[in-house]
Amino acid sequence: MGFLEAIWDVMSTESAYTAATRFAAVLIFAAVGEWVAERSGTLNISVEAMILAGAFAGAMGYDWTGSVVVGILLGMGAGLIVSFVQAQMSHRLTADQFVVGLTLNILFLGVTSFLYAQWKPSSRVASKLEIPLLSDIPLIGKALFGQAWPFLLLYLLVPFAWWLVYRTRWGLEVRAVGENPQAADVSGIDVNKRRRESIYFAGICSGMGGAYLLLGQVGRFDDGIVAGRGFIALVAVIFGGWTLRGTIFGCLLFGSVLSFRLTLPGLGYELNNELMSSLPFLVTIVAMAAFAHKVRPPGSLAKPFVRGLK
Amino acid sequence: MSLKLSPSSSAKRKGEIFLLYAFSALGALLLSALIVEAVGANWSDVWNALLDGSFRKPGRWGRTLGSAVPMAMVAIGTIISTKVGLINIGQEGQMLVGAAFAAYIGAHVPGPGPLVIFIVIISGFVGGAFWSGLAGALRYWRNVPEVLTTLLLVTVAANFVGYGLKNTWLLLDPDAAVGNRTQVSQQLDPDSRLPRIDIFGNNFSISVIISLLLIAFTFWLLSQTIVGFRLDVVGQNQKVGRRFGISEVRQGFAAMCASGGFAGLAGALMLASGDFAKFRLVPGFTVNLGWTGLLVALVAREKVLAVVPVALVFAALRTGSSFLAATGVERRVTDVVQGLLVLALLVPPAVLFIRDRRRQLAQVESRT
Repeated sequence: MGFLEAIWDVMSTESAYTAATRFAAVLIFAAVGEWVAERSGTLNISVEAMILAGAFAGAMGYDWTGSVVVGILLGMGAGLIVSFVQAQMSHRLTADQFVVGLTLNILFLGVTSFLYAQWKPSSRVASKLEIPLLSDIPLIGKALFGQAWPFLLLYLLVPFAWWLVYRTRWGLEVRAVGENPQAADVSGIDVNKRRRESIYFAGICSGMGGAYLLLGQVGRFDDGIVAGRGFIALVAVIFGGWTLRGTIFGCLLFGSVLSFRLTLPGLGYELNNELMSSLPFLVTIVAMAAFAHKVRPPGSLAKPFVRGLK
Repeated sequence: MSLKLSPSSSAKRKGEIFLLYAFSALGALLLSALIVEAVGANWSDVWNALLDGSFRKPGRWGRTLGSAVPMAMVAIGTIISTKVGLINIGQEGQMLVGAAFAAYIGAHVPGPGPLVIFIVIISGFVGGAFWSGLAGALRYWRNVPEVLTTLLLVTVAANFVGYGLKNTWLLLDPDAAVGNRTQVSQQLDPDSRLPRIDIFGNNFSISVIISLLLIAFTFWLLSQTIVGFRLDVVGQNQKVGRRFGISEVRQGFAAMCASGGFAGLAGALMLASGDFAKFRLVPGFTVNLGWTGLLVALVAREKVLAVVPVALVFAALRTGSSFLAATGVERRVTDVVQGLLVLALLVPPAVLFIRDRRRQLAQVESRT
């Protein structure tokens, strides 16, 4: 049983593609927001908390109203709340952004598991929506156009993020703020305000991703539901060299790797579960070590801006 | 830019700082009380249950000390790496690797008990130092941000140790008599366990004393010796460091290793003290103590001696939480309290920084 044969088997199985895009979708939701935040100069490690809060709020929304739409809206709201704390603490009070992000991750793990144990919201997976014709494309049709319907939000979110960052004045300012905050400040841009706003965007996207994870895939809340997906999304942005195209490619790649854990045993291949689970992280570390000098991060990534201080 | 501080104004400033901290902590506690009330419980019941569970009921403060030890060790390590300006947030993984090294050595090295204990603890340090050293090496060799590598290596550590616990040639207990628990390491030999002390019905391991000694030693090392001075110089100003001939790379790498080493040591002490998982390594062995230890360090803010009270408070929250069931509040509420406290205590220094900054700018502008 050769390695190439295994790859061919995976490549020619429809369910492999479906599993891969399912894993990738959550990553893309979060990574698109994270990408904007990183372009503005924030290495926002509270994505994990944002996704978790989004997933929990999604469950609560569904439990209260029975509506997936409400669930997703509440999820976006919960992501926004996390991002509000992160943004105010790190770009108004200038507390260290990693410290704040890390604390938020731990805090919201506590908050969601506490509230879940108190309220026990029940929820289930949203219905599937197969787009006619497109979902009949062999192999990838079901994967791209036959998922639970919140998946389709991605087709709106990604172009919107591209337009926002590359075709609006706001996006130009965000990129300027991430590259050279001193120059942006001199030309009249409120540096920390733009950074806060881009973190809000990250919060909304990640919250949406969390709600999608819950209502589009898992169905039931659990405090281990996110399982490091936020960190993988963060890493996908770095892996993608801080471009939208690269970020999405990174998400698809890591999504596929994560999905092998499910698809390969189904095809009769033995594999080392632990190695597969750590592969996205190892790949990223190796990629960062190998290509760190080739890709250029935003000039002031993870550096706080205080007027008059370099 | 001279900010002249007369004695009275410095006293006033100290008062202000104290008030800021007091208000922030009070705010966090108030918010926690509100959350408790919001889920329909009584905050004073919760408070009493926490006190009972952590100190008042017989035998409880021994347990609190037992969980304070790993937190304090992790926090000490974190302070060392923060001193040179590195951000290590992967203690959870370094702890696990340290515990895994310790478990492996403990199962495979024969010898007289005390010697084995010593080797087990040292190998915990080595394991943790190895794991954070990877991140340190990548930082200085390939310029990969250590924040990310340390964080990513946490998951990798959990997976690798999980793999080790499935294979007898690594960590899995070859003895089939352990029942249906398929992922446990060999139990430490009774001779090679840390002795336990019994005072007034409170039972705790000698690791408490070891960690107090280590805290005192680190305090002395960082504040009184050239070692601490070098770390300080690199952390404060690398240009000055270069003038003095202090290598940023060497100091940074050493601090990174020491930082992970202390986390690994925490893991080894957990294993050898038996407060957790009965002298065996199991998946999820570190039970989030690495993350909590990191929070302890954040609250203690580079002050080694402050680690002791903060670790005790956080450990008390942890042990106290097991008495919450009777109050109708989920035990996870203590995680919320912890998070809120840490977040609130981040505010005062930031506020002070911004205010000083504004005053300085105002002074400069008034002069021109």
